[in-house]
Amino acid sequence: MDMSYTPEENAFREEVRTFLKENMPKDVVEKTKSGQELGKDDLLSWHKTLYNKGWIAPNWPKEYGGAEWDAVQRHIFEEECAFANAPRTVPFGLTMLGPVLQKFGSQEQKDHYLPRILSGEDWWCQGYSEPGAGSDLASLKTRAVREGDHYIVNGQKTWTTLGQYADWIFCLVRTDTTVKKQEGISFLLIDMNTPGIEVRPIILLEGTHEVNEVFFDNVKVPVENLVGEENKGWTYAKYLLTHERTNIAGVGASKAALASVKRIAKQEISGGRPLIENPAFAARMAQVECDLMAMETTNLRIVSKAAVGQAPGIEASMLKVTGTLIRQEINDLARRAVGPYAMPFPSEAVEGDNQPIGPDYAGPQAKRYFNNRKLTIFGGSSEVQRGIIAKTQIGV
Amino acid sequence: MNFELTEERQMLQDTLRRFLADRYGLDVRNKIVDSDEGYSPKIWEELAELGVIGALFTEEEGGFGGKGFDITTVFEELGRAGVVEPFIETGILGGGLIAALGTDQQKELVEEVIGGALHLAFAHGEPSSRYELSQVETTAKASGDEIVLNGRKAVVFNAEAAGYIVVSARESGGLSDVDGISLFLVPADAAGLSMVGYPLMQGGRAAEVTLDDVKLPASARLGEAGKAYPAIVTAIARANAAISAEALGAMETASNLTKGYLVTREQFGRPIGTFQALAHRMADMLIELEQVRSAVINIAGHMDDDAKTRDLYVAATRNVVGRVGRLISEESIQMHGGIAMTKEYELAHFAKRITMSDHRYGDTDWHLERFIALSAA
Repeated sequence: MDMSYTPEENAFREEVRTFLKENMPKDVVEKTKSGQELGKDDLLSWHKTLYNKGWIAPNWPKEYGGAEWDAVQRHIFEEECAFANAPRTVPFGLTMLGPVLQKFGSQEQKDHYLPRILSGEDWWCQGYSEPGAGSDLASLKTRAVREGDHYIVNGQKTWTTLGQYADWIFCLVRTDTTVKKQEGISFLLIDMNTPGIEVRPIILLEGTHEVNEVFFDNVKVPVENLVGEENKGWTYAKYLLTHERTNIAGVGASKAALASVKRIAKQEISGGRPLIENPAFAARMAQVECDLMAMETTNLRIVSKAAVGQAPGIEASMLKVTGTLIRQEINDLARRAVGPYAMPFPSEAVEGDNQPIGPDYAGPQAKRYFNNRKLTIFGGSSEVQRGIIAKTQIGV
Repeated sequence: MNFELTEERQMLQDTLRRFLADRYGLDVRNKIVDSDEGYSPKIWEELAELGVIGALFTEEEGGFGGKGFDITTVFEELGRAGVVEPFIETGILGGGLIAALGTDQQKELVEEVIGGALHLAFAHGEPSSRYELSQVETTAKASGDEIVLNGRKAVVFNAEAAGYIVVSARESGGLSDVDGISLFLVPADAAGLSMVGYPLMQGGRAAEVTLDDVKLPASARLGEAGKAYPAIVTAIARANAAISAEALGAMETASNLTKGYLVTREQFGRPIGTFQALAHRMADMLIELEQVRSAVINIAGHMDDDAKTRDLYVAATRNVVGRVGRLISEESIQMHGGIAMTKEYELAHFAKRITMSDHRYGDTDWHLERFIALSAA
């Protein structure tokens, strides 16, 4: 047992920190800090910066152009990015589709798609959930019928994150309706410019446009866009989900968010003294910090067991449940910390030419609190994760 | 003991519930929330006609209620329907302070308020005062026959629609002294008064108000010079009764929506409410909701007690409302899943109303500390 970082790891941290300091696009950092929505250009400019450095795919093997970092390096990178207010990289190509293609894709698919994911040339989105298939994903109904060299796709996907920017969507579709629901699903790659596809925005409760509905009306998809074998899509989907859950603990993001709450609590004066000295607030903050310190080690323990390019098993479910609870607790503290200035609505409070209302740190807090309620819902809700843990551990 | 509403209050509750169910549906509300004014003048007028504002004043003041249970009856219904119209600001705070402290001439405004013709706002909180009611930096200085106000007021609800703004200012004493605070009735178009308005997370609008050498005649003072603090605490206690009842109504709606969703939404071939993991959490929500209902009865029933007893119940109620509010708002969203994250779905509005009520007149922890201080005194 040795919990200290090696000299090489410390040097790596220094290298990451210096790189971020010198290369982060300043306008993007400002937007991230003040809680503004990032547009396609913002996200792509950050993507390109990391791509040029060779750091865009920390978890990919070197043979596919990844950085092939080990768990500790990935942890260090994530933490430094969070503290530098770097935006998250868009995960759909890099952490979801990429690993699936590497394991199950044809040579042609690997050669064509992987470099374009790395460079940011193709923007991918995820076509999994449907209105009737959420936690029960396997009950999905979007239909793909083979006609000659094409599949004809009809149906609807929903909660498609950043689908408004996407060039491509990877979709779970039903190719056989006569078998057990998990056994009739296939994994298709669909060009978003194909006729018959319509994207409609879903506005979230705090006013942002992150997710969409995607409708398919007789969409023609070439058969070579099938990944792996027909009707084996559920296997690939599950493989993808385990990758989606790597880094799901969000240790770096939570540490950065907690540091931000502390900065706010030092500046806010409540009853004649800084809020950070208020016993009730300090107790809440200490409580979540204790949890976070333990989770950081849980995260390192679990992630370091998984080999490069592999995903952890049910422990990932544990990390997701704990990590998202901690993050949401921090978001709740942040909204409390700013007091009455949590109420001004951010669309005018932090965006455009308007001066912020109240202290500049106040505007995004309530918005972030509401937006991050999604953390315990998407990527397999906390209930689904608990179900996985219970099923595996108790066997019921 | 009798926990039934009086016949009059029962009638008021029934009337409001019917009217709002009929006229304040999802589409109407979304349109109002997205409007430039942030409220509907027509709905305002109609609710005033139904007695929503009159119920907040006593007969001597020109109304037909004014007791704690009148306040909670009205606001529970407004909360149940997710009403964003600013009745607390005009009726309870602005109107209540004028009725409590005003001269006969100033009190003439109350009639206009009850009829729905006049909007009011209460500009008390300041950029750095958070929830501390005695912290007033805005100054009022005599200059010949006039009084001159200078300062900044924060998150003033309904400031843009108000005909008059009740402004607190310090005439003597230090930053947080309870003595030395006065109230002034300031016409919204007074020279030197400016504001920057903005929408609120929970619907409705507020503004940052700047007072830059606002000159008033001495007759604009509301009540005695430097002695307004107890009246402010009383008005805020009544506002706390209102916001607690409003949150209760919103929690009832959130719970009902969640119950409904649990029996209609199917996953894995059955209604999700048949999964015990969810059913038990729904049961917890309903248990806690009854705690809130009782806490609201507590605050209403002690509204006219001596200040110390009243304030103890105010603090206790807001603490319960705040804790349960968070539980119900977050659990309702979680048990719905993604659909509850959308603006289109009804629950979102109620979750925002409940959560943001914890940022008005003190949050959950602030009221707990106040309860501890009052209990020890």
